[in-house]
Amino acid sequence: MSTLLTAKKMIELTVDGQPVRVFEGSTILDACKQLGIETPTLCYGDTLTPVNVCRVCVVELEGARTLVPSCSRTAEAGMVVHTDSERVRTSRRLVLELLGSSVDLSTAPEALAYIEAYDANPGRFGPDAARVEHEVKIDNDLYVRDYSKCILCYRCVEACGVDHQNTFAIAVAGRGFDAHISTELDVTLPESACVYCGNCIAVCPTGALMSKREYDMRRDGTWDESQQEVVTTVCAFCGVGCNLELHVQEGEIVNVTSPEDHDVTSGNLCVKGRFGYRFVETR
Amino acid sequence: MADLKLLDAPPSSAERAAIDAVLGAPVEANGHRTARADRASRHLLLPALRAAQRRVGWVSEGALGYASRRLSVPPAEAYGVATFYALLALEERPADVTHACTDLSCALKGATVGPGEHPSPCLGLCERAPAKYRTVAGEAPFEEQIPAESLPLPQREGLRLLRRIADGVDPTSLDAYVAADGFSCLARARELGPDAVIAEVTASKLLGRGGAAFPTGTKWRAVRDQVEQERYVVCNADESEPGTFKDRVLMEGDPFALVEALTIAGFATGAQKGYVYIRAEYPLAHLRVQHAIDATAAHRDGFEIELRIGAGAYVCGEETALFQSIEGKRGEPRNKPPFPVQVGLFGKPTAVNNVETLVNVLEVLRLGAAEYAETGTDGSAGTRLFCLSGCVDRPGLYELPFGATLRELLELAGVSTVKAVLLGGAAGAFVGPDQLDLKLTHEDTRAAGVTLGSGVVIVYDDEAELVPALLRIAEFFRDESCGQCVPCRVGTVRQEEALLRLAAGRPHDDELHTLGEVAQVMRDASICGLGQTAANAVESAIANLKVFA
Repeated sequence: MSTLLTAKKMIELTVDGQPVRVFEGSTILDACKQLGIETPTLCYGDTLTPVNVCRVCVVELEGARTLVPSCSRTAEAGMVVHTDSERVRTSRRLVLELLGSSVDLSTAPEALAYIEAYDANPGRFGPDAARVEHEVKIDNDLYVRDYSKCILCYRCVEACGVDHQNTFAIAVAGRGFDAHISTELDVTLPESACVYCGNCIAVCPTGALMSKREYDMRRDGTWDESQQEVVTTVCAFCGVGCNLELHVQEGEIVNVTSPEDHDVTSGNLCVKGRFGYRFVETR
Repeated sequence: MADLKLLDAPPSSAERAAIDAVLGAPVEANGHRTARADRASRHLLLPALRAAQRRVGWVSEGALGYASRRLSVPPAEAYGVATFYALLALEERPADVTHACTDLSCALKGATVGPGEHPSPCLGLCERAPAKYRTVAGEAPFEEQIPAESLPLPQREGLRLLRRIADGVDPTSLDAYVAADGFSCLARARELGPDAVIAEVTASKLLGRGGAAFPTGTKWRAVRDQVEQERYVVCNADESEPGTFKDRVLMEGDPFALVEALTIAGFATGAQKGYVYIRAEYPLAHLRVQHAIDATAAHRDGFEIELRIGAGAYVCGEETALFQSIEGKRGEPRNKPPFPVQVGLFGKPTAVNNVETLVNVLEVLRLGAAEYAETGTDGSAGTRLFCLSGCVDRPGLYELPFGATLRELLELAGVSTVKAVLLGGAAGAFVGPDQLDLKLTHEDTRAAGVTLGSGVVIVYDDEAELVPALLRIAEFFRDESCGQCVPCRVGTVRQEEALLRLAAGRPHDDELHTLGEVAQVMRDASICGLGQTAANAVESAIANLKVFA
């Protein structure tokens, strides 16, 4: 709504042969969305600063030497963009194959869907292809970190940092294929600056970060999203009144989230709102 | 960040003193630390960590915690920065450490890694291969290049950029530099004024000598035209392309020229400050350039120059990664646009030039643009430095006008047989013996699908093996990928795996096709030039030399 009120300038570009008008400052991805062109994204989050590292959203921009990331590239008047050229499809497919061959994507529904949509074959690099392997980190009662599922999208780091929480408990450490998300000196979360807001879980696209409850239920084979309903309510802990989405399975709350498009929370919660729900079940 | 959670371990008094020597003594205001001032000093994180390591040999938890606290950097971020740089050790190790180069040129000269030594990517000492780099921590820390002795220039005639080095002008004496015409170009620049200097550089058709060959005048003009008045010039002396040592020779042998040229760049672009970012492995260049900076304050008329030293990361030669590094962050390249001329160091308009490019500016001003452009070809003006190493009789730095052929260059350096030549470094391309008549210009190499890159010319004779070189190149890119984007982070690993299978004679079905597709996604979808060029040499060897045919 605010964008309408500020009466920004409109610019026109062409995407896949179709002219499209967007507000100045919009990205190519915004233009694609406006045209209903589906664009895969993994590191992009609606509430986060684009870091354009996954490269699955790349598009072909006429006049550019390389493909460009649609999530962060600002649209300019007169741009001619192709989102479905052979070159684009090849790069997107390869990115998915590289990720799928190196990371456990079993709890990453979007990535799995893209792999199917792009006919990607992560197995093509053979059984000996190096994989990202880390032991599952269970060092607290609230959430579990399984970095062998991490695609290094930086979303958790951004959420923990200036985009949302300003806690700075985690950062990217190491380099190259060994780069990974870490606390300082890899100390446990209780020893770190973590405040257990769980906003990193909220933005994680692969299930590398997961509530302990979900992790345990998945391990026990009792996690069943098809049996879950989402109940919207307001957090009772303080006067802010964050919207909560209670994920209820068989009469029990199994997870709590907040809607990303909510203009107070932007999907964020605090430790109480996200994890302090067990009292509901106490009768 | 009052509630910043910090590491508990205290620094030793030696570590504290070393870090305080870089950051100054902690300032107290009304009994409280001035966190705002500390945070503004974030850019001193790498110098602080380097100081601690030079004192005790590694970056301990206490040192990391103290540096974080002094600079108000979250410890997780400081750890992320420290673990990014290959030369910073996060685990205790002896004070005396030797890094043995195992890269292309040294491998051709029988490089070995002794017991306790660390294998290293190219150390930029290729003309005296095999090379090592030793660091000794302690109260009087030092670093040394091994072999320590510089070789005399192998070429005596027709030198321009290397003129003072060939003439033996003392690189530690400002008087000697001034007597050899030093600072006359800066005086000329001041007579001309900034706009005329840029016009002259533009008219000279000077192109950047780092690999991208961007017109220097255009870059300077773009910075000058920015509305933002706070601007920087940066000398990229992070020369780490395997086989490259030209900027080191210039900095060691003619450091005042770099200082003069950077001052001219600052004058022309309207920048208040210049940075020289030199890779850690060039200790003699650090000394010489720092001395030249210190000795020339009177000539610079208020223009400030600061030396920054890397910590072992090839990717920091990428201009935006270099900014990140100076700012005290992981050397992760930024997405472009915005370009450095708009949003560069500390978010301000910045002109980045490497050493060879800057020193050329002196020639432009000395000769005038018209005369400068008479040398070379229409598309490639001036002379070019070539770093000859590998199977040649007289390795070292050569300077030839653009347009000389590869054959002429190899004849100067003395070769017996040629199986292949790697042009432009690991990010460059192999050419075969049938391509020796290639003219060494930007336009001719581009037409041939190769590049001059950073001026690397590594010669492989009939006895030399190419497959190990390809494996080393693949290993290099896998090691040096920053890890930020998927195509490069995983693609460089898959490239190396495929080459290892090919080399072992056990390729998968379709291996070359897969390798080609990995190359394509790296070139097309990586964020920066590292990933975009990581497959060049491999692809050229397969195409031009039929290595795995």
